[in-house]
Amino acid sequence: MIANYGYKDGSGEYYISIDTDKCIECPVGRACLAACPKAMFETLVDDYDDEVVCIKAQFRKSLAYDCVQCKPAGGHTRLPCTDACAPGAIRHSW
Amino acid sequence: MITAGIDMGSRTIKVVLLEDLKVEGAPQLNYAVRKAQIMFPGELDQDQAAERVYDDVLAAAGLKREDVAAVYATGAGRKQVKFAADAVTEMTAGARGAVFFFPSVRTVVDVGAEEGRGIKTDEAGKPTDFAGNEKCAAGAGSFAEAMSRALQLSLQDFGEASLKSDKTIPMNAQCTVFAESEVVSLIHASTPKEDIAKAVLDAVASRVCAMVRRVGIENDVALIGGMVHNAGFVASLKAAMGVDELKLPEMPEYVSAVGCALLAAETRH
Amino acid sequence: MTELSAFNAPSSGEKKEFWRWDETAWVDESRDWRSAKVLTCGIDVGSVSSQCVICADGELYAYNSMRTGSNSPDSATNAFAGVTARTGLTVPDVQFVVGTGYGRVNVPFSHKAITEIACHARGANKMGGNSVRTILDMGGQDCKAIHCDEKGKVTNFLMNDKCAAGTGRGMEVISDLMQIPIAELGQRSFEVDVEPEAVSSVCVVFAKSEALAMLKAGYTKNKVVAAYCQAMAERVVSLLGRIGVEEGFFITGGIAKNPGVVKRIERLLGIKAMETKIDSQIAGAYGAALFAHTLVLKQGAAKPLAAAA
Repeated sequence: MIANYGYKDGSGEYYISIDTDKCIECPVGRACLAACPKAMFETLVDDYDDEVVCIKAQFRKSLAYDCVQCKPAGGHTRLPCTDACAPGAIRHSW
Repeated sequence: MITAGIDMGSRTIKVVLLEDLKVEGAPQLNYAVRKAQIMFPGELDQDQAAERVYDDVLAAAGLKREDVAAVYATGAGRKQVKFAADAVTEMTAGARGAVFFFPSVRTVVDVGAEEGRGIKTDEAGKPTDFAGNEKCAAGAGSFAEAMSRALQLSLQDFGEASLKSDKTIPMNAQCTVFAESEVVSLIHASTPKEDIAKAVLDAVASRVCAMVRRVGIENDVALIGGMVHNAGFVASLKAAMGVDELKLPEMPEYVSAVGCALLAAETRH
Repeated sequence: MTELSAFNAPSSGEKKEFWRWDETAWVDESRDWRSAKVLTCGIDVGSVSSQCVICADGELYAYNSMRTGSNSPDSATNAFAGVTARTGLTVPDVQFVVGTGYGRVNVPFSHKAITEIACHARGANKMGGNSVRTILDMGGQDCKAIHCDEKGKVTNFLMNDKCAAGTGRGMEVISDLMQIPIAELGQRSFEVDVEPEAVSSVCVVFAKSEALAMLKAGYTKNKVVAAYCQAMAERVVSLLGRIGVEEGFFITGGIAKNPGVVKRIERLLGIKAMETKIDSQIAGAYGAALFAHTLVLKQGAAKPLAAAA
């Protein structure tokens, strides 16, 4: 399942997508949880009883702002969360 | 020489007449605002309104159209000003205007009725980067305005009320429409108006601040646009940005129009 | 100038609430719940509306749909009470209750909470059949785009509850602004000489200013409504684009009842939405009741809850 967390508003489209099929058998012990400087990821047991990561609810409506420090404006050229995710389950839409 | 700058905002039209002053011995030209005027177009079309306010300000200054060397326009409706010689973006006008009032400024925060933006500028007032959110009401003055109406306070009283609160109530809604319901629930829960006002202005400030962070915050920082009049917002923004001082112009809503008139003058020297 | 009419004191007498939609209820009179082997319940407490669906032996038996009150527990209890009033069926008669929706964790008599994404997919799979692949749920304060497989299992989804554009709330705002009852908006949007361009602002606040400017420029109210319905359709189609649209397109939620938006979505996608006789607003609660049914078959009836009212 592709779970898209985020939103689209007048200013643009901001989604973090998690491919749960790739996420279920994480070979790197959920490294994303620690990689995100704002600790935006958490694990949950989804509706189909799989343990996967998701974006915490309090961040889902403000990703454009929350992710700023890891984007080029914050001096980054690579995202810590996608770098940490060895199976390549995490994607940013912007 | 006299030049004019017209800022066609989403709500109001601002016109400034700028005159250059030759000071004996000074290395460069100085400028002074000769006359400034603001109007709500109301029922008028934007182009008619621009004509009228321009003629009004000329009459008030005792000038005729031929006395003005050039007219530049800026703002969302800048293309509507048929008599303008050129049009410049809000970023260009805002940065130039802010650096005119405060030469040390490198970061300009512009918060008007329907738009909020952060501009990075060089020492000449030329924008080097900007981030804006012109298509969502949540990061602009209209968010605060809608909420002040829900509280039945004027925008100014709303700002002053927020200064009396030291509470921090987080607002969950990121959307102006949804936030209205949230404010109504806060009212129903008998939350003091002061605390609600602060919660709303903190929310706008945090969004504006996040936008400015995209271009990076470099001192000095100036705030321009109509929200300067809202003391509560200024306090919330200072706290959100973590800066000790925000440069506040005396005529905040005219800064972009001044920048515009200045650009018109500079290309003619 | 924008005017937020919802907060304007009524100028005289009572203020008419144009946005108010009808609450609905239904019971399958051909059956008696007392003869059913498995009775399950799905409760969907949304931000704007709440539904209770009863399934008898895995088939729809009764539902009640109403406006969400000031808190989730009471809204859930009231939604169930509406079914009780028509059937005599009470909470202890039901073997398993699944809560869903925004207030799902606050349903006092529920045994399990399942997200509305999974429940809408499951409900749509039942209402539209197993050829349903793409589901658009336009709720009161959110919009969901879901892709599912032939079993109704979610394969891709997104939810937008950050912004009022493309939600029922956005429609209510326009209904109020135009002073046209919300149920009439769809029909009125087709009563225009030529189809106007869509309102260009995504943001509902700016769209309101734009709508007022259109009226000033001589547009009829119907034409403004048409421009807004088109904007809403464009908005949700762009959301759907993120998950990909496949044939077997099913629309759930309150806005499915607005042909002004539905027809325009169909036109933009070049795909017709599947038809159903069942109220589109109950899809989430129906899916929840179906999940409850499967759980009863798998693990037996849930233990009665002490908190059950």
